[in-house]
Amino acid sequence: MSEKKSLGGVLMNGIVTENPTFRLVLGTCPTLAVTTSALNGLGMGAAATFVLVCSNVAISMLRKFIPDQVRIPAFIVVICTFVTMVQLLMQAFVPALYDSLGMFIPLIVVNCIILARAEAFASKNTPIASAADGLGMGIGFTLALTLMGSIRELIGNGSVFGVNVLGASYEPMLLIVLASGGFLTFGLLLGTFNLIVKKIEQKKTKKEAQAA
Amino acid sequence: MSLRISTAPHVHSPVTTQRLMLYVLIALLPAAAMGVYAFGFSALLVLGLACVSCVCAEFLWQKIARQPVRVGDLSALVTGLILGLNLPPTAPWWMVVIGSFFAIMIVKQLFGGLGDNFLNPALAARAVLLASWPVHMTHYVTPTFFKAGVDAVATATPLATKGASLMELFLGQIPGTIGEVSKAAILAGLLILLVTGTVRWRIPVILVASVFCWTWVLTGSPDAALMAILSGGVLFGAVFMATDYVTSPITNFAQIVYAFLAGLIIVLIRQYGSYPEGVTYGILLMNIASPLLDRFLPQRIYGYQKEVKKA
Amino acid sequence: MSSITDVLLFMVSCILTNNFIFSRFLGCCPFLGVSSKVETSVSMGLAVTFVMTIASLFCWLIYNFLLIPMGLTYMSTISFILVIAALVQFVEMFLKKSSPTLYSALGIYLPLITTNCAVLGVATLNMNSSYGLLQSVLNGTFSALGFLLAIVLMAGVRERLESSKIPACMKGFPITLVSAGLMAVAFMGFSGLV
Repeated sequence: MSEKKSLGGVLMNGIVTENPTFRLVLGTCPTLAVTTSALNGLGMGAAATFVLVCSNVAISMLRKFIPDQVRIPAFIVVICTFVTMVQLLMQAFVPALYDSLGMFIPLIVVNCIILARAEAFASKNTPIASAADGLGMGIGFTLALTLMGSIRELIGNGSVFGVNVLGASYEPMLLIVLASGGFLTFGLLLGTFNLIVKKIEQKKTKKEAQAA
Repeated sequence: MSLRISTAPHVHSPVTTQRLMLYVLIALLPAAAMGVYAFGFSALLVLGLACVSCVCAEFLWQKIARQPVRVGDLSALVTGLILGLNLPPTAPWWMVVIGSFFAIMIVKQLFGGLGDNFLNPALAARAVLLASWPVHMTHYVTPTFFKAGVDAVATATPLATKGASLMELFLGQIPGTIGEVSKAAILAGLLILLVTGTVRWRIPVILVASVFCWTWVLTGSPDAALMAILSGGVLFGAVFMATDYVTSPITNFAQIVYAFLAGLIIVLIRQYGSYPEGVTYGILLMNIASPLLDRFLPQRIYGYQKEVKKA
Repeated sequence: MSSITDVLLFMVSCILTNNFIFSRFLGCCPFLGVSSKVETSVSMGLAVTFVMTIASLFCWLIYNFLLIPMGLTYMSTISFILVIAALVQFVEMFLKKSSPTLYSALGIYLPLITTNCAVLGVATLNMNSSYGLLQSVLNGTFSALGFLLAIVLMAGVRERLESSKIPACMKGFPITLVSAGLMAVAFMGFSGLV
């Protein structure tokens, strides 16, 4: 991570280059579990983004005061505080979403993305840069979850965000919204992503070869 | 040029994949013929469509992935026929096509093609279809045998025929998937497989025996046990799907354990589970376990002799 | 939990029907990350079993004797994760002193378990289903055994896949996820077993 990287660069890093779901493959449990519909994916992504930004900023501000030996427990306590806040807020304002995400809201605490960003970025950078990093990673995570949720809802229910798309005669493939469908969709999406990245890189090297 | 690396024994045999697959196809013909005779034209359509879509899927994949096209080894045709025989005769066309493409592209080719898949493609596709469209997959009709004026009667499960006599079960006058109805035809297929040396007796016989014994133990009645092996897909699964070379264990002892446990799981699911039929899952689960069975069960080392007991 | 039959049924339910990986999606990170070799997956599974059993016990005690009387139930997540982190640390130190062989087998996996969502998951699950003490501990052990079964089966399959001609873009995580999906389809056969 270079020091001079602009805030925009840090933001885009999380959304594209180091997309936590498709490039780093972190936080697989919520990715698989809550993406049975587009709305659930979006809700989970938003909750995780909130926690990511807040904990990144808090940890970055505290980075000079946290002794190195106990940094992991300290990070977990900080993250946990924000998770509990999100949990209480969601319970109060969006009870339906809270019920459908269920136990995966408290489990944001052990989502590896958040701890990984605290360790890899927030503990070494300024609060503003850390906020940008948290926002970028959060948006990347949210986009990935919403994409997964939309695809699974479309195939498994014929709708996206609850709006029927494929018509009444479509017979939904139930498997995709069940447990195994989560694994299958994620695996195939990841493979497709790798294929696209490879194709883009091939084109790039070709262009460079031609330019040289 | 690429070097092919394989472990010993390096035995060359004139038996090619194509030849083996041809034997399997021939062995499947009696069951297919009886299925078509029992269920009529719709069964023929399902079988044909499954075969054509599987071969197309294999051809398309190998073209797109720029691999040599090996449709000629007949393995895709065998998968298609087995999948078709595993479907009810009333299966809608799109379900047959999706099942075939799933079997070939995702279960087989994604893992590297023939020999590299860890699950039997036709079985995995059947399980996926059953989970996706349970209503279509469990819509069974009683055979009509081309009799005029007899309407097909729908029943919920192939096992709900407790009223049928053993003879009716044996000859296939019961509802079920296309391939599993006629036990006589399946046994004829087994005979062909055994005579041509395509499969050995161990897996099918032990699997069926295991289902028989466990049902006897759990229900306490030998009649129910006999009924259990003649109803549903036990025989078809034991003969044509559990014996798949690629997805069953290699060593003899591991094969025995594999077949025995598959039988146990089938009986447990039938007796206690929410699915009416457990054959698909019993075999699939043991497919998953077979790499471990091969690895951890003791095998007889070549040239090793048991110590002679002292008198 | 009154008779042996109940316990057996509960065991089947935890290990097969409601398998942590294949139906609840808990503990997916180690399931995908540490399943490339059978030996390491066995060690990981055993370490998880060990920690999940003790964590179920302690979290139940803390929740019922500390948080409920003091009206602090909203602090459950933070107290559970601290209990788990402390337990993992303690188990690590204890093993290092008492059983160096076991420590060298499980050692590197122990710190990873703190952030294994299966452990926090089982504690939260026990709390949400208001299980009693015995049932909580049994839930911890049996669910962990389900995890052990899943990760070992996965490792067996992955060792087999090593020599396969998998397309380049599917190697690694993608093919592992697809295999897990197909395994989950097979595990669906157990639904309704209990």
